[in-house]
Amino acid sequence: MKKSELVKILAEKSGLNSKLAARVVDTFFGSIKEALKNGDRVEIRGFGSFEIREYGSYVGINPKTRKKIQVPPKKLPFFKAGKELRERVDKGKEK
Amino acid sequence: MTVTKAKIAENINKKVGLTLKESLQLSDEIIEIMRSALEKGENVKVSGFGSFVLRDKGRRIGRNPKTKVEIEIPPRRVVVFHPSQVWRREINKK
Repeated sequence: MKKSELVKILAEKSGLNSKLAARVVDTFFGSIKEALKNGDRVEIRGFGSFEIREYGSYVGINPKTRKKIQVPPKKLPFFKAGKELRERVDKGKEK
Repeated sequence: MTVTKAKIAENINKKVGLTLKESLQLSDEIIEIMRSALEKGENVKVSGFGSFVLRDKGRRIGRNPKTKVEIEIPPRRVVVFHPSQVWRREINKK
């Protein structure tokens, strides 16, 4: 499912026009990014939580050239699935 | 601080101009649409944000780190999140 399909389903279910539905979807994900940028974590009940994790520098190897390179420290958004999502996804595999 | 759905709905209310109640309902809808897709075995990709990808994990032996008792962890399906390249760059730029 792509964002455009998410927007289309949201518009159908809610009766909003697609332009408005697109703005709602963008604001939804934009709010998560904004919160993490401000140093907050985001917790959405039944779906999961987002936080920024910091990773230290390490020595990596370019698999093609086999050259060693120093990978600089970085920050990455991390998502942990919540209970309901975890359970539904796992049950879904049987279908 | 922890941001929750209520705060996200508040942003929708302010920025899009829908009522708080509608904004909360729409947030719930978005979450449910994504959950249903993942439940059906479909990955969800949100451009500029990231992808929620399903992974099938095999059976393995786990251990309770405290008691050291071994238990079998059955095969399961899990969701992993890959942030988009755009977002990764945004976060790491100085």
